[in-house]
Amino acid sequence: MTMDNDINPTSVDPEANATDATGAATERSAFQRLMTVTVGPIVAAFLLSAIILLLVGINPLTYYGYILERSLFSGLGLEQTATRMAPLLFLCASLIIAFRAGIWNLGTDGQFLLGAVVAAATAPLLVGVLPGWAVLLVGFALAAIVGAIWSIIPALLKAYQGVNEIITTLMMSFLGVLLASTLVKLAFRDPATTVPQTRTLPVEDRLPRLFDTTISSGLVWGLVAVLLVHLMMTRTSFGLRLRMVGANPAAATHAGLSVPLLTLATFGLSAGFAGLSGASEILGVAGNVRANWNPAYGLMVIPLVFLARFHGVGAIVLVFFYSALLIGSESAARRLGVPQDFTLVLVASLLICLGLGEYIDHHKRKKER
Amino acid sequence: MSVALATETPTNLSPQKGAGVIGVHGVTKRFPGVIAVNNVSLTIHPGEVHVLLGENGAGKSTLVGILAGLQEPDEGYLSLKGQKTRLASPSASLDAGISTVFQHSMLVPTLTVLENLTLGAPWHERPPRVAIAARMEELKRDFALSLPLDAITGELSLGQQQQIEIARALLRDSKVLILDEATSMLTPQGAEELGARMQKLVQSGLAVIFITHKLAEAYRFGNRISVLKQGALAGEMGPEELKGMSEDQAIDEIVRLMFGREAGATSIEHRTSTARAETVLKVADLSTQGDSNVMGLENISLELKTGEILGVAGIDGNGQKQLAEALAGQRALTGGRVELDGEDISRASVAQRRRNGLRYLTDDRLSEGSVGAFPISENTVLKDIGQPPFWVNGIERPQRIAQHARDLIKKFSVRTPGETTPIGRLSGGNIQKVLLGRELSGEARVVVFNKPTYGLDLQNIDASRQRIAEIAGNGLGVMLISTDLDELMALSDRIAVMEGGRIRGIVENDGTGEALRLRIGRMMAGEEEHKQATA
Repeated sequence: MTMDNDINPTSVDPEANATDATGAATERSAFQRLMTVTVGPIVAAFLLSAIILLLVGINPLTYYGYILERSLFSGLGLEQTATRMAPLLFLCASLIIAFRAGIWNLGTDGQFLLGAVVAAATAPLLVGVLPGWAVLLVGFALAAIVGAIWSIIPALLKAYQGVNEIITTLMMSFLGVLLASTLVKLAFRDPATTVPQTRTLPVEDRLPRLFDTTISSGLVWGLVAVLLVHLMMTRTSFGLRLRMVGANPAAATHAGLSVPLLTLATFGLSAGFAGLSGASEILGVAGNVRANWNPAYGLMVIPLVFLARFHGVGAIVLVFFYSALLIGSESAARRLGVPQDFTLVLVASLLICLGLGEYIDHHKRKKER
Repeated sequence: MSVALATETPTNLSPQKGAGVIGVHGVTKRFPGVIAVNNVSLTIHPGEVHVLLGENGAGKSTLVGILAGLQEPDEGYLSLKGQKTRLASPSASLDAGISTVFQHSMLVPTLTVLENLTLGAPWHERPPRVAIAARMEELKRDFALSLPLDAITGELSLGQQQQIEIARALLRDSKVLILDEATSMLTPQGAEELGARMQKLVQSGLAVIFITHKLAEAYRFGNRISVLKQGALAGEMGPEELKGMSEDQAIDEIVRLMFGREAGATSIEHRTSTARAETVLKVADLSTQGDSNVMGLENISLELKTGEILGVAGIDGNGQKQLAEALAGQRALTGGRVELDGEDISRASVAQRRRNGLRYLTDDRLSEGSVGAFPISENTVLKDIGQPPFWVNGIERPQRIAQHARDLIKKFSVRTPGETTPIGRLSGGNIQKVLLGRELSGEARVVVFNKPTYGLDLQNIDASRQRIAEIAGNGLGVMLISTDLDELMALSDRIAVMEGGRIRGIVENDGTGEALRLRIGRMMAGEEEHKQATA
């Protein structure tokens, strides 16, 4: 949590540093830091993956070329990348609230899926009953509420008994994932299909697409959510209260804040945004939930939020590249006959190298002091 | 083994008179910002219960840590039987024959007594159950240690668990047994039994080091008493000296050593009172819930006038912090009422009390008073989150907060590169200035100071005391909680003495100096005041 107020490495602005008293020296070290914590690790990760690709007999340049071409330089790929960002952004919003308030909500997958199932169960039934915008609004609202409800047990245990939420949210997440699947199979199953899945929201009733593209407008809402959450946490009194509870609960009590109530609020908001994320995927892209569907976006986003140091803009940038990587490597893998799972190898080496970069940077700074 | 020790004791003593079994020679240990042990020399003799007496923070635990091999002295050295030695690790200490029974149990609660006794033995050996059982029979006969070997440790009483630790030390053939605050978790009867047991242990030739802060125990159980005060040795009373004294005389002497002014200390001028007639804070029969870790308060009643400084004396941990928290609204009351300017605020929240002018400067600057990672500017307004002018409709106004912080930094001469520096990087004295500035902003009526000069350097101590006097001079009511009697006697108009969660008495600071000091000292030690002096 000490990184709380550090400048986000990906948005280091040379001008901001120039105002510093020690001008040139800081600028150089800021550049060095940028190299150690961001650029260096990314290059290293691609080199590492390249070695592995060479070992299995694939030309890494072709592979990386496909990734870039498919995810960023082709119109359709770029649209897919942008669409994929939407649920990830809502999850970033969820995690930024939680992590900044010192709550390790690792149960976003359960909250996400239950939100998704509830949205998928209600929205198709409301089509025709309510106007289109209201259908979507109800779907999102219900998803947020259900996501928040799924965090009540860990929230109460944390707020009043001090039970470690890392354990409880993870456990509730497993239950949530299974419950979501059960609900699809037993309660919300579409009688018209043979495979267990919910009723499908017709494409014209989903979130509108942006202009003439296939990009879901969920992207816009996701961006708005992350930016709003970022401003809430950094610029409002409520955000400062949450951050204070996260940074030092004893000081918060001393200053007269109700730590249990603020803890409950953190859980509610964080899990609510996780629910919204589920709804954005269903109401924007998928239209229905198939049984056993679990993209596990929640766990994917955690390292991104950490690397962005809980900073909204940093998280958006990282989510963009991450989505591009997901989309691009999916098709690259298909074309070159590399297993689909190679994406994970690339992502894993990226995370490891970024982590190592942090570690080296931390040690360097320690030495400087 | 124990018999052998007893016979060799005299020969061991005579050639090198005063060498003892352990010698502590000019030991000093520093921690960031504090000198925990300051040039202490002690000799531990076999056949004696050597009491180390002192308040919390007097350096007892650090000294124990050094003897137990947990810490090494920065200066000075230890000696074993006259030989200079190093105890670089707990196992070195054990090998040297020193066993320590810590205040908090060091047993594994889920294992049986036998298993706990054999912990630390080489891994390839089977626990020698028969041998241990035989030794335990001996111990039972000699020291009345009766322990069921197959019982689960966690199910035994705390007294029995302590016996296990003593037995473990004896099974190791220790020459020195250190008992750290060993009576704190025992019933009075259990404490008496422990006292008797300690005498038996020393009669068999061991040396026992008994750490306590209870004066009566020190006299009753000890053969030799060393008093520690703020890390330094304040005085020692040998066996002959102690035998010649009655309990009252001995306790008077101990009180003098513990609380008396050390020779050569500069006298601090007594502040002229600025108290006015008007009562600003009234506390009646205030009580709070206690538990095993937190002292409860019982029937605290006191009044504070504007411009007055009411000192609160007491050995650390006798309910002073709980009193401050109860006044600030951080701790729920189980009874009684608190009035500020005649208005009942017993049920008011922390924020309401603050707005009404009741301010509390915590003693825990780092972990309660401030958020180390936040910049100074945010720390100056942490108690006013959401309040105008720093927030308007819940939206932060960074410029106003920064300006406020810069003003505060200037007014209280905080030494910092700027208001954006994380407060955790400042020194204790500068953090204290920021916190004081925070408490004094707005309309303050009463300020509760909890150990305001604790851990500060001399210059900051003087500055802080001056500021406290100024605050009272400006007509605010000041409650000054401190463990430093000199400070209280220099600043206070009256001094309330707390012990065991109660107020033992409130005395006028009438400038009678040494006599008053000893009266307060006796009350701090929990002795009932003989003379009816309560004002």
